[in-house]
Amino acid sequence: MAEKMRTPLGHAYGLGSAREGAKDWWSMRLTSLALIPLTLWFVVSVIGNVGADYETFATWVGSPIPAILLVITIAVTFHHAAHGLQVVIEDYIDVEWQKLTLLIAVKFGCVLLAVAGIFAVARIAFGS
Amino acid sequence: MPIANRPLSPHLQVYKLPLTALMSISHRGTGIALSAGTLYLVWQLLAAASGPDAYEIFQRFAGSWLGLLVLFGWSVALFYHLMNGIRHLVWDAGFGFTLEATHKANRLVLAATVALTVIAWVAGIAAWGIQ
Repeated sequence: MAEKMRTPLGHAYGLGSAREGAKDWWSMRLTSLALIPLTLWFVVSVIGNVGADYETFATWVGSPIPAILLVITIAVTFHHAAHGLQVVIEDYIDVEWQKLTLLIAVKFGCVLLAVAGIFAVARIAFGS
Repeated sequence: MPIANRPLSPHLQVYKLPLTALMSISHRGTGIALSAGTLYLVWQLLAAASGPDAYEIFQRFAGSWLGLLVLFGWSVALFYHLMNGIRHLVWDAGFGFTLEATHKANRLVLAATVALTVIAWVAGIAAWGIQ
C-alpha cells in the first residue's frame, strides 16, 4: 500500500542515473559501422573459398590479411551480438532471475565463442 | 485521464502489423538467428584448426542439403540485417523519418536483400562450377 502512495518521482529518487547508456548506444553504432565492410569482405571470402579443400582453406585462414581480418571480424561480431542479445533480453524478459540468468549466459557464451574462434585462427596461422 | 479511457497499444493477436513493424521485429529476429549462426563459423574454424579429419566432418555437413539450407537461411538473415542495419544508422544520423521515406526505405531494404542474396548465390554456384 505504501508503495502505491509514492509518486513516480519518489520512486526514482536515490536511484541515480545509469550514466552509461550513451556508451552502450555508441558502442552498438560503432560495431555496426565496422561490421559493414567486414561483413562484405567476409561474404566475398566465403564465396572465394567455395569448394576449397582442407589445405587451401587452412592456408587462406593462416595468411596475414585474412587472419587479421578474421580476428577483427570475430571480435567485433561477438561484441555486437552480445549487446544486441542483451537489449532483446532486457526488452522481453520480465522475471528478474530469468533475465539475469540469460544475460550472464549470453555474455559468457559470446566470450567463449569469440575466444574459441580467435584461438582457431591463431593456431592455423602459427601452426599447432 | 481516467485509467479506463486511456488508449490501448495494439493488441498483437488481432492487430495486422504494418510492413514497417514487421521489418522492425525482423531485424531482431535475424539478429538472434545470426547470433546462433556464429556457431557454424566457429565450428568451421575450430575444425580447420583441429586438422583434416575434423574438417572433413564439417565439409560433409556443409555440402549436405541441410548444410546448404542453413547457409541459405544464414545468408538471407545476414543481408537483411546488414541492409536494415544501414537503415538504422541513417535514422541515427537523423535522416528519413517521414512516412514517405520510411515506406521507400522498406522497399529499398527488401530489394537490396533479395539482390545481394541472388548475387552471392549465383557467384557461389559459379565458383563451385569452376572447382
